[in-house]
Amino acid sequence: MKVKTVVNAAGRSVPLEINGNPVIPFKGIGKHRPGGVKFAPPVPTCADYPDDGNKVVGSLKEALQKCGFGNGMTISTHHHLREGDLISNLIFEIASEMGVKDLVWFPSASFPCNDPVIKYLDDGTVNRIEGSMNGPLGRYVSEGRMKGTAVLRSHGGRVQAIQDGEVKIDIAVLSAPSADSFGNAKGTGGDSACGVLGYAKADTLYASKVIVVTDNLVDLPCYPMEIEGNYVDYVVVVDKIGIPEKIVSGTTQITKSPDRLLIAELTASFLEKSGILKDGVRMQAGAGGTSLAIAVFVHEIMKQRGWKSTFGFGGSTKYMVKMLEEGQMGYILDAQAFDLDAVRSVETNPNHVPYSVFNAYNYHSKGNLTSMMDIMMLGATEVDLNFNGNVVTHSDGYLLHGIGGWQNCLHARNVILPIPLFRDRIPVIVDEVTTLCGPGELIDVIITERGIAINPLRKDLIKKLKGSGLPLKTIRELKDEAERICGKPEKAKFEDKIVAAVKWVDGTVLDVIRKIKT
Amino acid sequence: MKKMIAKAGNAGPRIRSDCEITVELKPGTGIDIDLVSKVKSLYGKSIIDLAEEILGFYKIKGAKLSIIDSGALPFVISARLEAAIRKLVDTDLEFLPDLIGDNRYPTSADRFRFSRLYLPGNTPSMMLNAGLHSAHGIILDLEDSVAPDRKDEARILVRNALRQVGFMGAERMVRINQGELGIKDLQSVIPHNVNLVLIPKCESQDEVINVEREISSVMKRSETGNPVFLMPIIESALGLENSFSIAKASENVVAVAIGLEDFTADIGVSRTKEGNESLYARSRLVIAAKAAGVQPIDSVFSDVGDMEGLRRNVQNSKAMGFEGMGCIHPRQIPVINQGFAPDEAETEKSKKIVLAFEEAAKKGLGVVALGSKMIDPPVVIRAQKTIDLAIKLGILSKDWIEEESSGKE
Repeated sequence: MKVKTVVNAAGRSVPLEINGNPVIPFKGIGKHRPGGVKFAPPVPTCADYPDDGNKVVGSLKEALQKCGFGNGMTISTHHHLREGDLISNLIFEIASEMGVKDLVWFPSASFPCNDPVIKYLDDGTVNRIEGSMNGPLGRYVSEGRMKGTAVLRSHGGRVQAIQDGEVKIDIAVLSAPSADSFGNAKGTGGDSACGVLGYAKADTLYASKVIVVTDNLVDLPCYPMEIEGNYVDYVVVVDKIGIPEKIVSGTTQITKSPDRLLIAELTASFLEKSGILKDGVRMQAGAGGTSLAIAVFVHEIMKQRGWKSTFGFGGSTKYMVKMLEEGQMGYILDAQAFDLDAVRSVETNPNHVPYSVFNAYNYHSKGNLTSMMDIMMLGATEVDLNFNGNVVTHSDGYLLHGIGGWQNCLHARNVILPIPLFRDRIPVIVDEVTTLCGPGELIDVIITERGIAINPLRKDLIKKLKGSGLPLKTIRELKDEAERICGKPEKAKFEDKIVAAVKWVDGTVLDVIRKIKT
Repeated sequence: MKKMIAKAGNAGPRIRSDCEITVELKPGTGIDIDLVSKVKSLYGKSIIDLAEEILGFYKIKGAKLSIIDSGALPFVISARLEAAIRKLVDTDLEFLPDLIGDNRYPTSADRFRFSRLYLPGNTPSMMLNAGLHSAHGIILDLEDSVAPDRKDEARILVRNALRQVGFMGAERMVRINQGELGIKDLQSVIPHNVNLVLIPKCESQDEVINVEREISSVMKRSETGNPVFLMPIIESALGLENSFSIAKASENVVAVAIGLEDFTADIGVSRTKEGNESLYARSRLVIAAKAAGVQPIDSVFSDVGDMEGLRRNVQNSKAMGFEGMGCIHPRQIPVINQGFAPDEAETEKSKKIVLAFEEAAKKGLGVVALGSKMIDPPVVIRAQKTIDLAIKLGILSKDWIEEESSGKE
């Protein structure tokens, strides 16, 4: 069946309907104004819940059954257990056993450990995944093998879709490193500590039914409760919710690659010379090897200058924790903890505060943290001559990553992409991105090992950095240099079939991913 | 029986920017190319076109090719294919990629050689971005970092790298092998704008003269005609005894280096970070080089994780009179470049001395004094050398005297 498409405000051809539901094409940044009221889950009654507060049931299967687990339901999970998650796959194993069909899995992100879900996509248990997919799951989607169409949303876009009722969660299955019998839960304690549980907040508030799964049942109250038991229907106790060493890395590692270190040094130097880095700066740093190196260089500059960042927004790592502990950062507002130092810090330091994406990123929020940030450093698989960015597909056309918080972070004052000019012969700067994930007007600076390109819209930065000694180039010069070294790549080839939609932060359709032509 | 199948290059889970090519000659069957590559959808056609062009160049009409590629650039693919073919076909034909415009520069005898980065000659991934790290020299090494059975393919890869990889102004150096193998190395690389040849384990002036003779005979094929300088490396007791004559062996010798791993082995001691065991050898080498009017260059510091140790090592080395040091990791380069450059205190002191000297000269005074201290002529010369160095390195403006006096007004 041929789908009717229109060209949206970003010049991309997108459908008017996805998975049988009408969708709105992208209108431009900040242009979409949804009306109506927020979605609300069914009204519960406390009379239906045990007076002694004990909601523990015998197994996940029993809990699911009590929630009325059935065909076509939307099941949500969070990804705080990352590559160590043992619960998500179990849900679909149980569904397959029970003969439940056509589920929609709505995770805040999926990881390679979730590849077994492919089996349940194949046998019809799961119709589609609406959430980030990487590795083999992404490949599966790109090859057109998933029955439904994938929908890719940013972390903030996921909250938006929940709040405006675009996605109605039937059952949220929320793994918790510690919980009590009433359902209060937190991200610390036990063997499976992940730090914070912020990605589960919208699910907790808006799902029809909420199941908390823990391997560390503690006495009431489980405090401080990130998930409040008043929203929870059932508590399940299992041996293990995750594999600890895969939940957080023992220690996040700075890149050892001399080229990446050069990018990090250039970035720190750019931040200092442009005046973007200053006393009181509000900054974010990622958890990738290059970002960590930037954090170390930036920390050095702050120390030398006697500067202090008012707060940092994480993705927290030991390098951010070091800034907090040594006095170069006032607070860490934390959406997820990446290593053991971060988990320890959030547990013990009152200035290391859990801060969910619910408050940081959401289009239906009365303002967002991201637009208040001075510095955001992000990655990309491709950037084009108009500074448009791609984070979900590679130049060969395969879907391999999720959006994460990337789109939301683009709203910061200075969005900087420290990226290599090419990766294993594949140029990162291209004529036109394979998939549009972020409009170029929001991306300010590209920093590569062979030069820095500033978006022509940022006349202020261009003027300020003239004569700074930094290797400033145009984005076209960088692209030409990459092609001179690597050769000009052929374009990926696609069939007509749409396999995934990329939503913008406001819920409109920014772009689509089509089936790979093999 | 004639060899019909040969392989060159590298493949495997940890290999990047390289490829492994197997060629099987099958006369009369046509060309059959099997390509496995993670960039196949982006560059598959261009890789196959290039392979066919090279087969045509060597007039091979029947062959089965297997290419396992991990993102190799065209100059790497062509080097690997040429290496495999030349194991099967007796030919001197070279399939040369273009010598890019950025790679045609000459260097001068007296340029700085503070840092020179060693790159293993058979590892393309380390070559691509080597020029970005501001080393004064980049050494494509054909000697110790290349396994004996890979010498032939490394020689072809290094030749192609010299033509295609931009080294961004670094002096383009090649460390050749000893003896006959080294002569083969020279024949292959010299025509491609090599600025300097490192002669390993050098023990006599005759070795330098042999290398130089070979270079002059190959120079006829040089595309640029730029001079090729020499840096013998002293790595034995005998070499050290002959170091002065080695340094004086040719006008093209611009520096002599010491290689301490082999040297300490030769004299039967172990190498330490403090380096007491090589103190005499290093001092002797510095004196020999200075006497011959060439740059003395120190050995590499092998602990790439220990930047503080490296910093101390450089300070020590500079204090002994060395004018440069080898690097085995790009992160060592800034530490070494900074270490050998004059620091602020040195520059300031030299400025004062030079100004006092100019002042005295203006007044026609024979004696230069700084405060109550008399300054001897050699001190002035040394100060002037430091100033010249600071100007050349961009630490000091060449109009510093005018700026100094206008600043005072």
